[in-house]
Amino acid sequence: MLKMIRKLKDKATVIRRHIIKMVHSAGSGHPGGSLSCTDILVVLYFHVMKHDPQKKDRERDRFILSKGHAAPALYATLAECGYFPISKLETLRKNGGYLQGHPDSSIPGVEVSSGSLGQGLSVANGIALAARLDENPSRVFVLLGDGECDEGQVWEAAMLSAHYKLDNLVAIVDRNGLQIDGQTEQIMCLEPFSKKWESFGWHVIEIDGNNIEEIIKAFNETENIIGKPTVIIAHTFKGKGVSFMEGKCAFHGKAPTDEEMIRALEELK
Amino acid sequence: MDNLLSTREACGLTLQNMGHKEKDIVVLDADLSGSTQTKKFADKFPNRFFNVGCAEQNLIGTAAGLAIGGKTAFAGTFAMFLMRAWEQIRNTVAHDNLNVKLLGSHSGLTNSKDGGSHQCLEDIALMCCLPNMSVLNPVDAIEAEKIVINEVYRKGPSYIRMNRISTPAINTDDYNFEFGKAVEIREGEDLTIIATGTMVSEAVKASEKLKKEDIKARVLNVHTIKPIDKNSILKSAKETGHIITVEEHSIYGGLGSAVAGIIVENYPVPMKIMGVNDRFGESGDYNYLINKFGLNDVEIVKNAKELYGDRK
Repeated sequence: MLKMIRKLKDKATVIRRHIIKMVHSAGSGHPGGSLSCTDILVVLYFHVMKHDPQKKDRERDRFILSKGHAAPALYATLAECGYFPISKLETLRKNGGYLQGHPDSSIPGVEVSSGSLGQGLSVANGIALAARLDENPSRVFVLLGDGECDEGQVWEAAMLSAHYKLDNLVAIVDRNGLQIDGQTEQIMCLEPFSKKWESFGWHVIEIDGNNIEEIIKAFNETENIIGKPTVIIAHTFKGKGVSFMEGKCAFHGKAPTDEEMIRALEELK
Repeated sequence: MDNLLSTREACGLTLQNMGHKEKDIVVLDADLSGSTQTKKFADKFPNRFFNVGCAEQNLIGTAAGLAIGGKTAFAGTFAMFLMRAWEQIRNTVAHDNLNVKLLGSHSGLTNSKDGGSHQCLEDIALMCCLPNMSVLNPVDAIEAEKIVINEVYRKGPSYIRMNRISTPAINTDDYNFEFGKAVEIREGEDLTIIATGTMVSEAVKASEKLKKEDIKARVLNVHTIKPIDKNSILKSAKETGHIITVEEHSIYGGLGSAVAGIIVENYPVPMKIMGVNDRFGESGDYNYLINKFGLNDVEIVKNAKELYGDRK
C-alpha cells in the first residue's frame, strides 16, 4: 500500500511538471485549476478506473472533465497512461496542434468535448443511464470545478442523477475555493455546499483532495453506496505543488514566465 | 400513416413503432411529452424514456451522454425551448457529431394561441449555422414518418421541425423520401416557388391560381434545409428564371437565406424571400396569424406576379 501511494505521488509530480511546461510553452492556459485536481486524476487513472489505452473497451470506466479548463492535467495524465505520446504534450494550444485548448473528443481518451462549464454532469448522467440499460458494469466519473457549480445546469443534472438513483456515477468537485474573479464565497456563495448536495439526494464525502490516501479511501467508499449517486467534495489548493501559485487567483488562467517555470520545476521534484 | 395527423403525432407514432425493432432508440423529453407526442414511446418503453423535467439544458446533455453510451437519442420539447439549450447543442451534440435527434415541436406560428413566447421563428437559422447538424422540416405526416425512420439509421445529429396542428396531406404512402433531395411537386417553367413545411400547401394553392393567369409556377418541397439540395435549386433557377422562397420562419437565416446564397453565388436570378418579417409572433388563431403575417397563397400569388409579371 505504502509503495503504491509513493508511486502515485511520484506520478502526480511528473504530471505537475508536464502541466507547468505545457502551459509555459503554450503561453496561455489554466495552471491553477490543473494543479489543484492533479492528485484526483492520478488516483482515478492509475488506481481506480478500469481502462485500457490500447483499446476502447465497451465496459471501460469513463471519465469526463467537466471543468474543461484543466485540460493540461487531463492531457498529461492521458499521455502518462499511454493514450498518446508524451511528445504530443508540447502541441497544446499551438497552430495545427494535436491538443486543443479545451478537451476535444478527437483526442484519444477524451470521452466528450468540454470547456463550456456546467455541462459534464448531464453528459455523465446520460452515459450512466446508457450503461444501466445495457447492463454494462462500467462506472462514470465526472470532475467539476467549484466555481462551475454556479451554473444552473449542474443542479438540473444533480436532480436527475438522484432521481434515477445513478449509483454507477461518481462526481468529484475540485473545491479549491477560487474562480476567475476571486473567491467563490465572494463571487457567488456556494456554502453550505455539502448540504446542498445532500439535499439533492446525494451521498457526500468530504476529503482533502490533495491527499492521495484520502482520495483512495473516498473512492473505496463510493463502491459501497447503493441506490444513490456519490459526490466527493475534494478540498484542494489552486496551484497545488508550486508555492507561489498556491491559493492564487492570478494563476487561474495565466502561463508562468520563463523564470517562474524554472522556479516551479525546482519545487516539483 | 394517417396523413391527416400533425407531424408531431406522426413522429410520436413512428418512434413507438421503431422502438419495437430498434432497441438502441431512447427518447427524452422536458415535461412536454404529451404535447410533443414522445409519450407514445414512453407508454410502450418506459425504461427507454427519460423525462428530465423542465430542464432543457440537462435534456440536451443527458441525450448527448446516452448517445456517447451507444444509443440513438431523440430529445423532444417545444422548438422554442430547445433553442434555450442552443449552446449545449452546439458544444456537445454538434461539436462531437453525436447521434442526438432533436424534435422541435410546436414550431413556427403553429403554437398560435400561446403567443410570441412559445412560437419559434428562429430555429432553422439557429440550427443551420451549426457544423454537423442536419435540419429537416417534414411537410406532412407521411414525410414525418419517413424522416424519423431515416434518422434512426443515419449517423449524426439532426433537428426535426414539427407542427402542433395538422397540415394538408401532400404525399401518399408510396412516397419515396430521399434525405437531402428537394421534391418537385408541381411542374412549371415560368418561376419556382421553393417552400418548406406548412408553406408547401400554400405554394401548391398559389401555383394553381397562377396557372389560371397563365403563369406556370413550379413548386419545390424542401424537407431537408441542411444539407440543402443545391442542384435542384440551381436547375430551377436556370429553367424558370425566377425564385420565390416561402417559410413559416424569420426571413433571416432560414430557407430563403440558404437558397439566396446558392443563387447569388452561382446563377443570379430575380428572387423574393417570404417569411416572417423580423418580428415576434402573437396570440391568435393559426389562420388569423398566417394571414396577418402574409404567409398564404394570396401573398405568394401577389409576389409571383410582381416578380414574373414585371419581367414578362
